[in-house]
Amino acid sequence: MSEKEIKAKTETPMLDELKTGPWPSFVADLERYSEKKPAVGQLLGQLEQSYEDRWNYWQGTVLNVDGYGGGVIARYSELGEQYPDIAQFHTIRVIPPPGWVYSTEKLRELCDIWEKHSAGIMQLHGMTGDILLLGTDNKTTFEAAEELMEKGWDLGGSGPALRTLACCVGEARCEAACFDTMALTKHLTDNYISELHRPELPYKYKFKLSGCANDCAASMQRSDMPVIGTWRGAMQINQDEVGKFIDDKGIEFVIDNVLTRCPTNCISLKGKTIDVDNDNCVRCMHCINVMHRALKPGKDRGATILIGGKRTLKIGDTMSSVLVPFMPLKTEEDFTKLTDLIDSIWEFWGDNGLEHERIGEFIARVGLGTFLEGIGLEPDPQMINQPRTSPYIKFEELTGSKIDGEPEHNPAVSNEEGEMAEKAI
Amino acid sequence: MAFELAGVTYETDEDGYLMDLDQWNNDVAKYLAEEEEVEMSEAHWEVVNFLREYYDEYKIAPMIRILTKAIGKKLGKDKGNTKYLYELYPGGPAKQACKIAGLPKPTGCV
Repeated sequence: MSEKEIKAKTETPMLDELKTGPWPSFVADLERYSEKKPAVGQLLGQLEQSYEDRWNYWQGTVLNVDGYGGGVIARYSELGEQYPDIAQFHTIRVIPPPGWVYSTEKLRELCDIWEKHSAGIMQLHGMTGDILLLGTDNKTTFEAAEELMEKGWDLGGSGPALRTLACCVGEARCEAACFDTMALTKHLTDNYISELHRPELPYKYKFKLSGCANDCAASMQRSDMPVIGTWRGAMQINQDEVGKFIDDKGIEFVIDNVLTRCPTNCISLKGKTIDVDNDNCVRCMHCINVMHRALKPGKDRGATILIGGKRTLKIGDTMSSVLVPFMPLKTEEDFTKLTDLIDSIWEFWGDNGLEHERIGEFIARVGLGTFLEGIGLEPDPQMINQPRTSPYIKFEELTGSKIDGEPEHNPAVSNEEGEMAEKAI
Repeated sequence: MAFELAGVTYETDEDGYLMDLDQWNNDVAKYLAEEEEVEMSEAHWEVVNFLREYYDEYKIAPMIRILTKAIGKKLGKDKGNTKYLYELYPGGPAKQACKIAGLPKPTGCV
């Protein structure tokens, strides 16, 4: 950074530009709020300075509530002299209820606690899935955390730990949900609360749970281990409703928006009924979304467990790919099978992963074969990156004749009978 | 920032982490522990000494899993977990134990 003298800003012309668009603006929100809390005005001043200098004036530090190794994202401002009220400006992560279902009473309580102890900025909800509470200093962080905990709130995850889980509204409000996302979120949070509060993994590990392939929790892109609801067997079709839909919208609408948009062309029209080739259906949810009265997910429901989604770090952005094609998630026993799988993944990754290496990067480094062997999961042709196009498994009997000199057989990915083989039903 | 001990001045950063790691000695550790309100027992020293040894060899603080496994090996499996470490150092092994052992400040959340 240049050595020029920086003065506290009273005008923020660049930020003001952000107020001119058609959408709600955080600048307008914060400006309004700065009348009440001077720290918020100073925050905008520093941001304007950052825009001008293209420089981040925040500095990371460590601040922990007793017994916790995470949950507080501590930041010092390098411009503490110019902006004294944000010299220390920390963020507390708080675990929200699964599905973000609150009572207004609890929300008011949260707002009151936060206004009392900090700059009062809240983010519902951050990309992490947490409630983010911004703007405490070295002292008020502890006061706020204590009061939050007295009222039954708990801090979320940060650092190389299990992160706060997030899920879609699931069976609470959505008929497409193929498993109870909120129950599983609660179960995993309770089961792994130690790993959430006290970092002990090579790097962050995120679960996001979606009840169906619409993936409202955006688990594919932003979690290390997405759990996405799906079903086995035939989808449910109500042919009367199909007929009504066709009468109402017209046959062209059904052809244009349902039949031709089916990624595997597995729907055919017969008069005023439809026929689905369930063997070729990839459970993408598109037809169900369009004709939601006529079509429903099948009755044998469960979830697909995927692995490896992340943003760029050691390797570029990745989306998750299938680890367990189908797992029922109805009973305690089903949940235990899932946590057994998680335990074995953490054990293998924990022992062999490098520092700051996400699970997706770890798999890219050691290879999927080694990884599956390490966690004791039998390879399965349904472990796919994308339906139809990229199975990981090479079918030897389908490959062409070998060129002279090439080995007769490629080495098998794994021959051992894994203990967890029954998971990959 | 700085503090003085037996006539020697020790530079620290704004959070009280030792700037010159070679200056570290047992008295400095005791002083830093007092600042953190940690009473150093035999068990506390074992963690600090492990951190020092590891840092001397690898020039990096160990991953927490390496620390818990090493302690579990030495003191029994029931102590080889993060819960035990947080009982010794409520502010967290990364923050408090590293500070007392004179290791550099661990970086933020990501």
